[in-house]
Order: sequence, then structure tokens, then C-alpha cells
Amino acid sequence: MRLWMLGIAAIVLSFISLFIGAIDITPKDLLNWESDETHIFLISRIPRLLAIILAGAGMSIAGLIMQSLSRNKFVSPTTAGTLDAAKLGILISMLFFTNVTYTQQVIFSFAFALAGTFLFMQILDRIKFKDVIFVPLIGIMYGNILSSITTFFGYEADLLQNISSWLMGSFTLIIAGRYELLYVSIPAIILAYLYANKFTVAGMGEDFARNLGLSYKLVLNIGLVLVAVISTTVVLTVGVIPFLGLIVPNIVSLYLGDNLRKTIPHTAVLGIVFLLICDILGRIIIHPYEIPVNVTVAVIGSAIFLTMLLRGRAYAK
Amino acid sequence: MRNSTKLMILAAIALVFILLYGFYDIKGGFDYAFPKRMLRVTAMVITGIAIAYSTVVFQTITHNRILTPSVMGLDSMYQVVQTLIYFFAGSMSVWVLNKYLNFGAAIFAMVVFALILYRFLFRADKHPIYFLLLIGMIIGTLLGSFVTFLQVLIDPVEYLSLQSRLFATFTNVKAELLFISIGILFLAFLYGYLIMDKLDVMSLGRENAINLGINYDGMVMRILILSSVLIATSTALVGPITFFGLIVANLSYQYLVTYKHSIHILGASLISIIALVGGNFLVEHIFELRTTLSVIINFIGGIYFIYLLLKESRAAG
Repeated sequence: MRLWMLGIAAIVLSFISLFIGAIDITPKDLLNWESDETHIFLISRIPRLLAIILAGAGMSIAGLIMQSLSRNKFVSPTTAGTLDAAKLGILISMLFFTNVTYTQQVIFSFAFALAGTFLFMQILDRIKFKDVIFVPLIGIMYGNILSSITTFFGYEADLLQNISSWLMGSFTLIIAGRYELLYVSIPAIILAYLYANKFTVAGMGEDFARNLGLSYKLVLNIGLVLVAVISTTVVLTVGVIPFLGLIVPNIVSLYLGDNLRKTIPHTAVLGIVFLLICDILGRIIIHPYEIPVNVTVAVIGSAIFLTMLLRGRAYAK
Repeated sequence: MRNSTKLMILAAIALVFILLYGFYDIKGGFDYAFPKRMLRVTAMVITGIAIAYSTVVFQTITHNRILTPSVMGLDSMYQVVQTLIYFFAGSMSVWVLNKYLNFGAAIFAMVVFALILYRFLFRADKHPIYFLLLIGMIIGTLLGSFVTFLQVLIDPVEYLSLQSRLFATFTNVKAELLFISIGILFLAFLYGYLIMDKLDVMSLGRENAINLGINYDGMVMRILILSSVLIATSTALVGPITFFGLIVANLSYQYLVTYKHSIHILGASLISIIALVGGNFLVEHIFELRTTLSVIINFIGGIYFIYLLLKESRAAG
């Protein structure tokens, strides 16, 4: 697959996404600057599209970085506890401050996502037996433990409903003023691209990377910070989107290999295309109502992941 | 200590907790509270036995101590069937109103699902256990999100009716379901009594069992049906409790050193009664937490699961 083909697909889908919704908007309506349609377009449709683009590119790249650094194809923010840690952080911030501000939530959630992922990497370091399948298994369980802690305290403090809104990944509530935090992930994505070569080298193993003169620990830490930044912004604005960071990088690596400098653009665009398709499907099926995007992503994503697992055991080795 | 003594101790502890749960700190009308509490205890006992029983026999035919019917997604299948029935037939159809038909349909689908899983995953014998585990978890996610997907599409009124069927808890047990379950459990034990010796032989492995005159594949089929019936019973009563079977079965293997299924099934059943009744007693009356027990079970179960995986991996690596 060529990058420009993916690019065209992304542009066409973006266009479709802009003109789908409860209210019919045609390009002709937009000529009238004062019309209701133009307002809806500017307040709801364009922010939604931007949020999909940023979340799709961000989560896929976060998954790619984690897979490269952990040297395991099945590690991603969903299978390493990153997203669950971010949710726990939001809960803790609400328990600590009675009138929690947005900034406090962002900081706590970021700190927990970072610490949670870091802890997982440390656990990985301790495990001698690094089976490709074994690692994500431990990661999923680790995430389950974190999220049961969240549920426990959420129950006690009556915050469960509050938290479950972050559980549900959905673009329905994205309007101007509610998604701008996602812009923070743009510098993270750019940095990821600049560091791509170093991540590739780090992915060859600590000893090898050191021999090539790479400051391994520094690169590892930068990678984890980038992953935490992207995950936090997505969880806080859109919610949890499962599987995205898992399957998109894997599909790209199937046809393009593991050189991050080459694969990052593909991964980003394919992530956008995948998320756009899922969101458009969710909006079409029960029009004028919507199915949350995390449901469509989970159904399609887990089916793809299953096929990948069953077909590709040879490839995963 | 002999195994029979150990079983007596377990039975005594279970009885103490049942009595405590029944009589502890009853305020107001005894005539009102006591029958209600007894209803709950009965539900817990039935669920505990059903889960323990099905897990132990399932682990014998799959030759491992980590996979359980719940982990492989069998209880999600129950929910899929119920949702599909509501989706296609509606809440007023004979498939819902006739409890036996409804239960039969669910069990039929679960057995088919279990057979397919068994054919593709266990017969080949080549797949490492972690692979099967990950497949099971992803199948669980796929079925779970498929259920959510259909639920979004269902008419809201129908959904309310479905919800009361899917999100059962110990606090709102339905008496009429309880009688059916007791009947099923009785039949299951009667059948189990007849095949107990064969199960012991089957744990020697397929080839050995066939040499010793066991119709191995026929037995596997029957045990998968038995497992599905039991899981359907417990899921219908209180909803899915993913890691419970895993914990109680493994505790029993550790505590009671024997290869005899009759003893392990009894032991695991008693342990699960202690865990469910005792756990609920502590949560409701001593700590006065608002959390449901399943959150705590998931937390403890998750940690125990990681411990088991690490132990297993050391044995393998």
C-alpha cells in the first residue's frame, strides 16, 4: 500500500464524516455564513473530525512506540495498563480535590499513565520468560487490577458514573471548547517522528543499542513520556479507544517492516482511516442516533486481532 | 492431615459463614429479613458449586490449571444468546416467556461454542497455553462488545427487560430461577457421581485413557455439555464472575493433594461457598462497603492469576 493511497482514503472519509450527522448539511449551506448549518459545521463537525484525526494518529503511534520499545508486537496502551492507569489518575484527582480543575485532572492522569506504563516496563524487565503472548497477557491482567482499584474507590465515593464516561470512547460530545487538549498530542507526534530512528535502534535491544552509542535509558524514557502524553489527552477528551494502538501498527509492519522512520506516517494515516471508518459506521447504522465509537472499534478491532493471532503465529515469532 | 479431615474443616467454616450471614445483626422484622437472606445464601451456594464443579471438570479435559470456562468466554456466550433473542424475537416472544425454552437455547449455543473452541484450539494440542488464554480473552472482548453493540440497537423498553436478565446480582435473586437451578444442580451431581471414576482416568491423558477403555471423545462431549449447563445456571443467577472459578479450583489443588475428582469438586465447591458467603458477609456487614464482591474478586483474582502465570512460566522457562 502506498502512502498517497491511504492519504486519499483519509481525505475522502474526512469529507464524508463532515457531512454525516443528525442534521443534513450540504456544502451549499456553508456558502451562507450566517446559517444554522454553518454554525453546526463549525462548532460540532469540524472539531469532531479534528478529534478523530488526532486521536486516530496519536493512539496508533503510541502503540507503535510501545511495540518497538518493548520488542513485542502485542504491547499497546490497552495491553499494558496505560489507559487504566490514566483512568485511575483521574479518579484520584477527584478524590483529592473537592472542586477539581481540568488542569489538575490532566496532571494526575498524566502522572499515573506515565508511572503505570513505567511500572509495567519494570515488571517486563524482571520477567525472564519473554514469550510474545505471555507479555500482553500479564499486561491485560495488570490493567484489570488497576481498573478494579478504580471501580472500588469509585463505588465508595459515588464517582462511578463520572468515571464510566471516560470508559466509553465516543466522539458524540466533542464540540468546540471540549477537545482542544488533544492539540497537546501534536508536538508529541512530531517528537515521535524526530526520534523514530532512535526508537528503531532501541527496539533492537539494550545491548545492541548501547553498542551503537545510543543512550538507551534516555530514549526509553522519552518514548514512555510520549506514550503517556498521547494516552492522557485521548482518554480525557474522547475516552478509551481499545485495540487501535494494537492492530494498526501491526498491519503496517506486515507490509512495511519495522523501520519507524518509514512506518510512522503510514501508521498515523492508517489509524485515522480506521477510526474514521468506525466512527462513520457508528453514525450510519442507527441514524439519526449514534453508536459510541469504542463499541464499533472493539467489535472490528477484536475480530481483526483474533485473525492476526490465529493466522500469524509464525509472523509474531 | 487427611483429605477427609480437611473437607470437614472446610464444611464447618462454610456452615459458620452461612449461619453468620443468616443471623448476624438482624434489625427490625426477623420474618422479613431472614427469608430474604436465606434466598441470597442459597443463590450463593448454588453459584459457588456450579462454578467450582464446571471449572474442575473443564480443566481435566483441557489438561491445564489456568484456563476456565469463563476465561474462554463461555459466560459471555450466554449473554450473546440472551441479547440475540431479545434482538430478533423480542421480549414477548415464546423464547423469552418460556423459561425452559430460553434456557435450552442458551445451553445449546454455549455447547456449540464450546465444541468449536475445543475442536480448533485444544484438539491440535500444539498451541501453548498463553496463546489459548489470549485467544480466550479476546473472544470474551469480542462477544462482550458485540453484546453492547446489539444493546445500543435494541428498543429502550426491550432493553430494560433484557437488562434485568443480564445484570443479575445476589441482591435481587429471582426465587423461581432458584428452583430450576437446584434441580439442574441435583441432576448434574447425579450424573457426576456416575462418571467420577472415568474423569480420574481421563486426567491421565487422551492416549492412556483410550487404552484403558474410555470413550474419550464421547466423554469430552458430555463434559463440555455439563460445563455449559453449569455455567449457564450460574450466569443466569448472578451474572459472570470471570476469575472466580480459577481461584477456587487452584486453591483446592493446592490444599487437597489428590488426583480424585470427587474430592476436588467437593473441596472447590466448599471453598467457593466460603469465599462467596464469607466475602459477602464481610463486605456487607463488617466493612459495610458499598462495593460488590465481584470487584474485590476481580482484584484478588487478577493478582492470583498473575502469580499463577509467573509460576507456570518459571516451570516452562
